[in-house]
Amino acid sequence: MDRVPILRIGDNLFVSIQVDLQDDTVLQLQEDLAEELSGTGARGVIIDITAVEIVDSFIGRMLTTIGSISRMFDAETVLVGMRPAVAITLTELGLSLRGVRTALNAEKGLRLLAARDG
Amino acid sequence: MQIDSSQTRMAAVLRENQDKILARWSETVLASSSGRGGAEAVGRELADILGLLERAMTGADESAPGELRAALAELSRSRAREGATPSDTAMSVFALKDAVYELMADKAEMVPEFLAFSRMVDDLGLQTFETYVTAREQIIADQAESMLELSTPVVRLWDGIIAVPLVGTLDSARTQLVMEKMLNALVDEGAEHAVIDITGVPTVDTEVAQHLLKTVMAARLLGAECTISGIRPQIAHTIVSLGIEFGDIATKATLADALAFALRRSGLKVGPA
Repeated sequence: MDRVPILRIGDNLFVSIQVDLQDDTVLQLQEDLAEELSGTGARGVIIDITAVEIVDSFIGRMLTTIGSISRMFDAETVLVGMRPAVAITLTELGLSLRGVRTALNAEKGLRLLAARDG
Repeated sequence: MQIDSSQTRMAAVLRENQDKILARWSETVLASSSGRGGAEAVGRELADILGLLERAMTGADESAPGELRAALAELSRSRAREGATPSDTAMSVFALKDAVYELMADKAEMVPEFLAFSRMVDDLGLQTFETYVTAREQIIADQAESMLELSTPVVRLWDGIIAVPLVGTLDSARTQLVMEKMLNALVDEGAEHAVIDITGVPTVDTEVAQHLLKTVMAARLLGAECTISGIRPQIAHTIVSLGIEFGDIATKATLADALAFALRRSGLKVGPA
C-alpha cells in the first residue's frame, strides 16, 4: 500500500499527495497525521493536491475530516493547488469543505498560516 | 431500394427515351427556377442524376444507389448556395415524374411500373430536403458554439485580480464554460480575486443565482475570492423578492466598486498621484 509522507517544515506539517488516493491510503494518512500532530505540536497543516486529478465524495469528506482532526490539536488546515476540474467536481457533489482553508499554491498557503500566527 | 422486374422494365423505358425525358425535364426545371444557373449546367446535372437513377434501378452495379444519393446531396447544396429554397430543389426532382408521365400516358399496362417509379422519385426529392435541413442544422450548431466562445471573455484587471463580464442569458451550459474558464484563469494567473460582472445579464432567477453561487464556491475551493458586481436596481429587487440568499458573498453595484474592494482586500491603495 502506498503511504503518503508527512514533512515537517518549521511549525507546519506539509503533506503532498502524489499517488492515486485509495480509501485505505486516506485512512492511513488520517492516522499518521493525528500521530504527527500530537507528537510535534504543529500549528498548521498544508495539504498539496496539485497532482490529484480525480476526486469523489469519500475524498471530499476525508479532507473535511482532516480539517476537523487538525482543529482538535489547534492546528489550521490549508488545502493548496486544487485543479479547476477538481473544484468543479466538488461543487457539483455539494461539498464546500467547511473548516478547511484554501490557497492557490503552497507559497500562498504558507503565507496564510504565517499571517494567522501574526 | 427494391430491385424487381417492374423496375428493370422501367429502367429500359428510361434508357430508350433518355434524350426525350431529359429535354422535357430540363425545360421544366429551367422554367421553374427562373433562369438560375446556365441551361447547360442544369442539363449536365440532370443527365447525371438520370443516368445514376437508371443504373440504380437495373441493379446492375452496387455503387449506383450511393452515387445517386451523393449526386442529390450535391444538387441540394449547390442549389442552396444559389439561394434556392428546399422546396424549389425538391420540386425540380419531382418534375422528373411529369416528364416521364408524358411518355407513358397512353400505355395503360405500364401503370404499376410508373407508380413504383413515382414512389422512388418522391424518396429522392425528400432526400434533397433532408440534406438541406442537415446542412442548416450544422450551421446553427456551429454558430451556437462560436457564440458561446465569444461571449465568455476573462480579463485581467490588476495583478491578481481578474474579471468575467457576463453578457446575455446564463444557462447551465454557459455557466459551466464560464466556470471552467474563470477557474483556469485564476490558476494560470495566480489570481486571488475574481469579479463576476452581471451588468449584461438581462434577468436573474433562482437558476441563474444557483449557477453563480456554484461558480463562487468552486473559486473558493481553489483559494480565491469572488465578488459579484453590476447588480441593477430591478435585479436587486427580483433577487430579494425571490428570497435568494447570496450569503457571505460580496456584491457590489458597479465593476468599479468591485475593483476598489478587491484592491483593498489585496492590501493595495489607489490615491492621487
